[in-house]
Amino acid sequence: MSVLTDTWLIFQRSMRQSLRNPFWVIIGIVQPFLYLALFGPLLIPIVQSTPGFPPGDAWQVLVPALLVQLGLFGGLFVGFAILAEFRAGVIERMRVTPVSRIALLLGRALKDTVVLLIQAVLLTVLAVPFGLRAPIGGVLVGLVLVAVLGFAMACASYALAMQVKSEEAFLPIVQAVFLPVLLLSGILLPLSLAPLWLFNLSRVNPFVYVVDATRAVFLGDLASTTALVGIAVALVLAVVTVFWGVRTFQRESA
Amino acid sequence: MIHARGLARTFKTRRGTVEAVTGVDIDVSAGELVGFLGPNGAGKSTTLRMLTTLIVPTAGTATVAGHDLLTDAAGIRRQIGYVGQNGGAGPDCIVADELILQGRFYGLTSARARTRATELIEQLDLVGTENRVVNTLSGGQRRRLDIAMGLMHLPTLMFLDEPSTGLDPQSRANLWDHIRSLHAEHGTTLFLTTHYLDEADALCDRILVIDTGRIVAEGTPDELKRRVSGDLVLVGAGEPARVAELAAHLPGSSDVVVDGAGVRFRVPDGARVLPALMRELDAADIAMTSVEVRRPSLDDVFLAVTGRTLRDAETPTTPEPATAGASR
Repeated sequence: MSVLTDTWLIFQRSMRQSLRNPFWVIIGIVQPFLYLALFGPLLIPIVQSTPGFPPGDAWQVLVPALLVQLGLFGGLFVGFAILAEFRAGVIERMRVTPVSRIALLLGRALKDTVVLLIQAVLLTVLAVPFGLRAPIGGVLVGLVLVAVLGFAMACASYALAMQVKSEEAFLPIVQAVFLPVLLLSGILLPLSLAPLWLFNLSRVNPFVYVVDATRAVFLGDLASTTALVGIAVALVLAVVTVFWGVRTFQRESA
Repeated sequence: MIHARGLARTFKTRRGTVEAVTGVDIDVSAGELVGFLGPNGAGKSTTLRMLTTLIVPTAGTATVAGHDLLTDAAGIRRQIGYVGQNGGAGPDCIVADELILQGRFYGLTSARARTRATELIEQLDLVGTENRVVNTLSGGQRRRLDIAMGLMHLPTLMFLDEPSTGLDPQSRANLWDHIRSLHAEHGTTLFLTTHYLDEADALCDRILVIDTGRIVAEGTPDELKRRVSGDLVLVGAGEPARVAELAAHLPGSSDVVVDGAGVRFRVPDGARVLPALMRELDAADIAMTSVEVRRPSLDDVFLAVTGRTLRDAETPTTPEPATAGASR
C-alpha cells in the first residue's frame, strides 16, 4: 500500500517540476512534428519508387518509427534531471525518510511515461491531417508499446545517472548509446532495405523488434509474430530496467 | 538515544581500501546536544551516514532511537530527522510543497502535513517564502528550510551534518539560535557534526573529537579544555628566572618557559593556583608587573590530542581532485 502512496507522491512532485519547466516537454512535441512536416514529404516518393519497402504507405512506416523514437530518446535523457537533485541532496534526504525506495524510481519513471504518452498521442493525431490512416485498435496497441518502451528507457536512464552521479559521465555514455541504437533500429528507414550484413547486425539491437512491431500493429497485424515479438521485447526491457533501477535506488551510496 | 559500539566503515576505491571510520563508540542520552568535531575527511559524515541508515557499517553495532541499526533501519527512519550537508530541498520546487511532501513521507495526512508546515514556517522565520522556488532563497533561509523538513514529523532525535557550512556570520549566529531553541523548547536530542571549533564550543553540551576515523577525545567543552592542555598562565615580573623556578614547583605545572621579561607555563586550573603563586612571589620579594590566565581553546585541545592544529588537518598532504558526488 505504502509503495503505491509513495509512488503517487513522487509522481506528483515530479509532474509539478515538469509543469514548472515545460521547455523539454515542448521540445519533445516539436521535434516529432518537424519530422512529420520536413521529413515525411521526402519519404513519400521514396516509398512509392523503392522496391523492398515494407507494406503500408509512407505514414504507416514513418509515424510508428517516430513514436518509437519518442519513447526511446524521450526516456533516455530523463536521468539528466535527477543529477541536479542528487547534488542538492534531495535523494539522500528522501532516503532517510521511510519512503519506499521503489517509489523514488517508479514515481519519476511513471511521470516520464505519462508525459511521453501525451506527446505520442499528440504526434499521432497531428499525423492524421498529413495523411496517416491506420486501424484504431492497432494505433492504441502501438501507443501502449511505446509507453512501455519509454518507461523502460526512463528507468534505465535514472539507474545510469545514479550510478555515474555526474553529468560529465552521464552524457557521453548516453550519446555513445544513442547513435548506434538509432541507426540500427530502422527508425529513419526500414532495415528491409539494408544489405544482409547490416540487416543481421541490426538483429542484435532489441529496439529494432519494437520498431517492427509498432509498424505491424499500425497495419492491423496485431497477432502477427512480428507484433508479439516486439511486445515481448518491450516487456522484458521494462522488467530488466525496473530491476536495475530499483537496485540502484536501494543501493546505499545512491 | 544513540548507543554505538565499534562502528566502522571501509570504502573500496580504485586505489585500494580506505578505512573511513575505524571503530567508534558513541553514547548519546535523550535530550543531549552533542557535537562531533573533526577536520574534513575525519570520518564525521561517514559516521553520521551510518547512524542515519544511509550506509551500512562494515563492522560494529548500534541502537538509534531505540531501534537496531542492522535489523530495523525502517524503525530508525521513522524516529529520526536528518539534515544533510547538501541540504535536501529540490532546487526547482516550491517551499511549501517540499515541506508538505516530506510530512507525507512520514505518513502524515495531507491536512496534518499542511498544518505542520505552517507551524514550522513560522518557527523557523520562513514566513513569506511559502510559495517561492527553493533556489531563490538566501543561504540562511535555505538552511532553515532544510531543518524544517527534518522536523516535519517531530523527530525525537535530529542529526545535522555541518549545519553552518557556507553561511555568513550573521546567518550562522541566527542558525545557532534556532538550534538552541529547538533543543531547549522541544527537548529534541541533537547530534551535529562540525569542523568549526567555535560552533562546537558555542552550541554543544558535549563534544566527541574525531580524527582519522576514530574518536580521540570526549567531554564537555570545559572538560576537554581542562583535561587535555590546561590553562596557560602568563606572568610578567622583574626576575623571570626566579619566577620560573617557583612556577615549576606549583602542583601540576608544566611547559615553563622564560620569555623576555615574562614567564609562561601551563597548569590544569590557572585560577586556583594563582593566589598561591602570588603569595610566594610576595614572600620572595619579587615584583610582579602583570598576570594573565588564558583558558585553552578547542584548537589547543585538538592540537594536544592529535598533534596537529585543526587547520593543518584540513590541508590534505596529497592534493586530490574533487570528484563530483563522491561520498565520504
